[in-house]
Amino acid sequence: MSRPDLVAAGLVASIVVWGPSPLAAQGLRTYVANGDSISVSLTGRPGDPEKGRAVVANRQVGLCLLCHTGPIPEERFQGSLAPELSGAGSRWSEGQLRLRIVDAARINPATIMPPYYRTQGLTRVARSFVDKPILSAEQIEDVVAYLTTLKD
Amino acid sequence: MKPRAALLAVLALAATVARAEIPEAERRSGYHDMGPSVQAMQDDDAANPGTLWLLQGEALWDRRQGAAAKSCADCHGAASGLAGVAARYPAFSGVSSRPIDLEQRINLCRTDNQKADAWAYESRELLSLSAYVARQSRDLPIAPPADPRLAPFLAAGADLFARRQGQLNLSCAQCHDDNHGKKLAAATIPQAHPTGYPIYRLEWQSLGSLQRRLRNCLIGMRAEPYAYGAPEYVDLELYLMSRARGMPLEAPGVRP
Ligand code: HEC
Ligand code: HEC
Repeated sequence: MSRPDLVAAGLVASIVVWGPSPLAAQGLRTYVANGDSISVSLTGRPGDPEKGRAVVANRQVGLCLLCHTGPIPEERFQGSLAPELSGAGSRWSEGQLRLRIVDAARINPATIMPPYYRTQGLTRVARSFVDKPILSAEQIEDVVAYLTTLKD
Repeated sequence: MKPRAALLAVLALAATVARAEIPEAERRSGYHDMGPSVQAMQDDDAANPGTLWLLQGEALWDRRQGAAAKSCADCHGAASGLAGVAARYPAFSGVSSRPIDLEQRINLCRTDNQKADAWAYESRELLSLSAYVARQSRDLPIAPPADPRLAPFLAAGADLFARRQGQLNLSCAQCHDDNHGKKLAAATIPQAHPTGYPIYRLEWQSLGSLQRRLRNCLIGMRAEPYAYGAPEYVDLELYLMSRARGMPLEAPGVRP
């Protein structure tokens, strides 16, 4: 549990029946999950919180407000399927937030929160989205940077 | 031996299906999730845009067509004689060796009995006639047939309903069994009962079939939609009808 496990060998193998495939081979950056967090930036650089806010607000890109409410007052009609995003930055560390965006099913296998950085173990993905993560590594870092600013 | 095996299969299925199903007393049609103005539109034939399709359906019912030069009325008489039919479809078809939905049944009548070409899915004609036939069952309870030949297809539909699909990795059940009544952006998630189909959807500005609705949800999940008429859709329709058994039909419904 607390032992760092390389996701390329650990997570994917536990979900995909037909065997592990290295993240690099999927065109994804390799990352290391440690307990319930990924402490190192996927890009090696910090994200931009302002860009992250835009990703979260965009219903075609981040999709977050379909399910969550957040402190983004100009977006009307936010969802009520998921916890409020306000305060996420005080409830969770940066690394915990990163893992929750990358693949929330690692924490709660029954979650409805989509896996934003996983392309394997999925069924009947629409042709235009096959082999693509929902967000790029850069976008995920931007979102994580934004969420860490949500202190209450 | 054989009937016993079939019975066991049905019992096993009932057990798996009962796991997730919404209790009968808590079932509610999508009608109850919409605002009073849209409800009023559905309730009043003069305001329900579906009425335009009903009128065309009525005309098609009496029109002799195809090489056989027969109308629906020539074989079935008054359309009111079809009361209850839409409430028990999809039904098993010996011709197809699997269940077919109401639209497919109408097309079978066209090709086999009228010797005419099948209509395309979502064509004005097929929607009109299926709305007209479904209207004959308005207010009647959904009554899936107790036909053991349907059991494997019902099980396949239930399985599909619970399967995570698409880039967003969501299942129908996660929204419609586990989170109905909550908001997905502006939309209240309904329980997904097929009570109103075909429906006039304000967003479509048109009548549309249940398959079109399912296609929309699949696209929302970023799953590859099936081709119209695919067995997967019919299995899902069969499961949805079974899940809604006893609820009154409202066709043609109106939805936002
Ligand atoms: C389809 C629904 C859905 C979408 C879309 C979604 N989430 Fe979530 N999210 C959830 C649910 C439900 C939870 C609650 C935890 C669980 O069920 O695993 C959650 C949990 C979280 C948490 C932890 C919250 C807490 O305080 O416990 C964060 C942070 C989060 N989501 C951020 C995001 C961001 C950012 C996006 C978009 C990039 C997003 N979510 C998109 C459904 C969703
Ligand atoms: C992320 C949530 C979500 C998922 C997953 C989903 N749906 Fe839906 N569904 C909705 C919403 C919201 C509506 C209401 C209409 C709208 O605004 O899109 C709806 C409407 C429906 C309706 C129409 C109900 C009515 O009253 O007319 C049916 C039937 C349905 N869905 C079936 C399904 C099936 C079958 C699946 C899986 C293949 C599915 N849905 C997957 C959210 C979802």
